[in-house]
Amino acid sequence: MEPLLTPHVRQKNAFSLDSYLQHDGYEAMRKALTHTPDQIIDMVKASGLRGRGGAGFPTGMKWQFVDRKSTKPRYIVCNADESEPGTFKDHVLMERNPHLLIEGCAIGCYAIGAKVAYIYIRGEFYHVQQHLEAAIDEARAKGYLGKNIFGSGFDCEVYVHRGAGAYEAGEETALLESLEGKRAQPRNKPPFPALFGLYGCPTAVNNVETLTNVPLIVAKGPEWFAALGPEKNGGPKLYCVSGHVKNPGVFEASMNITLRELIEGEKYAGGVPNGRQLKAVIPGGSSVPILLPDQLDTQASFDAVAKAGSLLGSAAIIVLDDSVCMVWLAKNLLHFYKHESCGKCTPCREGTDWMYKLLTKIEGGHGTMRDIDLLGSVANNVNGKTLCAFGDAAATPALTTLKHFRHEFEAHVREGRCTLQAEWRARQPVGAH
Amino acid sequence: MSFHPNMAYDARFQKSVRELTDQGEPFVYTPENLAKFQQMIVRYPAEQKRSGVLPALYLVQYQQGYITGESMRYVAGLLEITPADVEDVVTYYTMFFRKPVGKYVLSVCRTLSCAVNGAERLIEEIAHALDIKPGETDKSGMFTLLEVECLGACDRAPVIMVNDAWQEHQRPEGVKKLLDDLRTRGEASLTGCHLVKENK
Repeated sequence: MEPLLTPHVRQKNAFSLDSYLQHDGYEAMRKALTHTPDQIIDMVKASGLRGRGGAGFPTGMKWQFVDRKSTKPRYIVCNADESEPGTFKDHVLMERNPHLLIEGCAIGCYAIGAKVAYIYIRGEFYHVQQHLEAAIDEARAKGYLGKNIFGSGFDCEVYVHRGAGAYEAGEETALLESLEGKRAQPRNKPPFPALFGLYGCPTAVNNVETLTNVPLIVAKGPEWFAALGPEKNGGPKLYCVSGHVKNPGVFEASMNITLRELIEGEKYAGGVPNGRQLKAVIPGGSSVPILLPDQLDTQASFDAVAKAGSLLGSAAIIVLDDSVCMVWLAKNLLHFYKHESCGKCTPCREGTDWMYKLLTKIEGGHGTMRDIDLLGSVANNVNGKTLCAFGDAAATPALTTLKHFRHEFEAHVREGRCTLQAEWRARQPVGAH
Repeated sequence: MSFHPNMAYDARFQKSVRELTDQGEPFVYTPENLAKFQQMIVRYPAEQKRSGVLPALYLVQYQQGYITGESMRYVAGLLEITPADVEDVVTYYTMFFRKPVGKYVLSVCRTLSCAVNGAERLIEEIAHALDIKPGETDKSGMFTLLEVECLGACDRAPVIMVNDAWQEHQRPEGVKKLLDDLRTRGEASLTGCHLVKENK
């Protein structure tokens, strides 16, 4: 498949308005404004576009749920927090094709009847913010944003809001809290943001990649879009492949592609380097279960990966070779979750710390067989017992490594040490200087 | 006391580890920053000024390097919220500093994709070269070393964020050069994100 979201990104100044207009930029918006908002929502529904942020929820449904009877203003909030470990696709879109996102935001606003879209980017994206704001200024100066766009009477503004280093801000209600100037902690649901979102107003929260697909659907039609991939998994998809591969990066493909092709294909990540063997793959960011090498022929679509026992999530494929100790891996990820837990729900706040301590103990060779069982028990008491999906995400690294690699945990206990000390690991425990 | 027979809680666990806020000198924005603040705040509905708290705090941090009690009170006044509301936010987000940091803050990503490409070694080498532990500032006051979680640049692992600029594909053996370059040429020696670099 020819790239659709990232067609010209390697060209110089691909991010400029001139470059975008040369490739039919903002024509989808011109077309959208000749339709009614309901027609746009129907188009997005018919296309089968599913949210690219992780959950894969149909975007058209999300927009339809936005309360139109409310007298309050409505908002589009673009989730550009991109904080799931292994994910770096939205960065490319915002840096090299920002006008596609701006156009997607504006069409989204028109569809749900909003006048303002906020793009919430993560704090570490300082350079992205500069580019995105410059692009927005350019679009506004030429009349693609602002008042009475294309003489249609439709007003739209897009603003960038920079976060400050909280993974939890990627959760939609926590993101709204953060945008309201509070701690990024999730809200109880329902009510969902479609009824009670930003400032208590009806809001649609969409991922960057989701919104960049919207102009394609409007320009070329929902049938064309749906036919690009397998049933219910239409459209182009960006995959982030990182870890132990020769050529890590962002690859655009239809969801007909398999994980093997993405990881081993010459056009894609090029396989595991240094003659090592593939040990495990995390197919959708650190929060999803591990897949084993014999599952590589799984199609990289939402439904097929779910059927294989994992989740496509944000399509962040982390490849691990046979130098990786799985107890170390769980410890590394639990350090992340322990650090990023927002502290609102007790099982997650306490459980992540317990899991990290148990894993540190086992990995350091001081664990007992009971600790392995205790780890599973703590994980199961976090999983599904929190307001947002963070708890499930944090329990997953422990549960999935225990499921597939329990023998490694037991070997640590028996040997009293980690037997897989790869050369890329710390020579001494970090912080022990 | 421990709830588990085989696991001792840290002694620190028993007492509050909350650091007292540095009150600092009386704080006001420079005229340029005040102008930036006023430009920023109109993006939010008039009755929702509180939304501006993160951008307002960034302006404070760019102006004086870290966030003091006085500056939180000043921001609270501008946004018409309480100083406690502002402190609530400052203490939550990891990118705000509540004590002085070095001229260059080296934030090394330690999460999975960077870790399997050598981030742990990188942290060791920087810590050794500067004779500090992660979280500390070196004696010269030039460098602060932080271990941070995923920066979202996993295809260019391992990554260090130097202040706001990404340094990609860092190697343990390149640490000395990175530090020397920063000492002699400052931020001009940084390459930044590859997407920005490729366009030049």
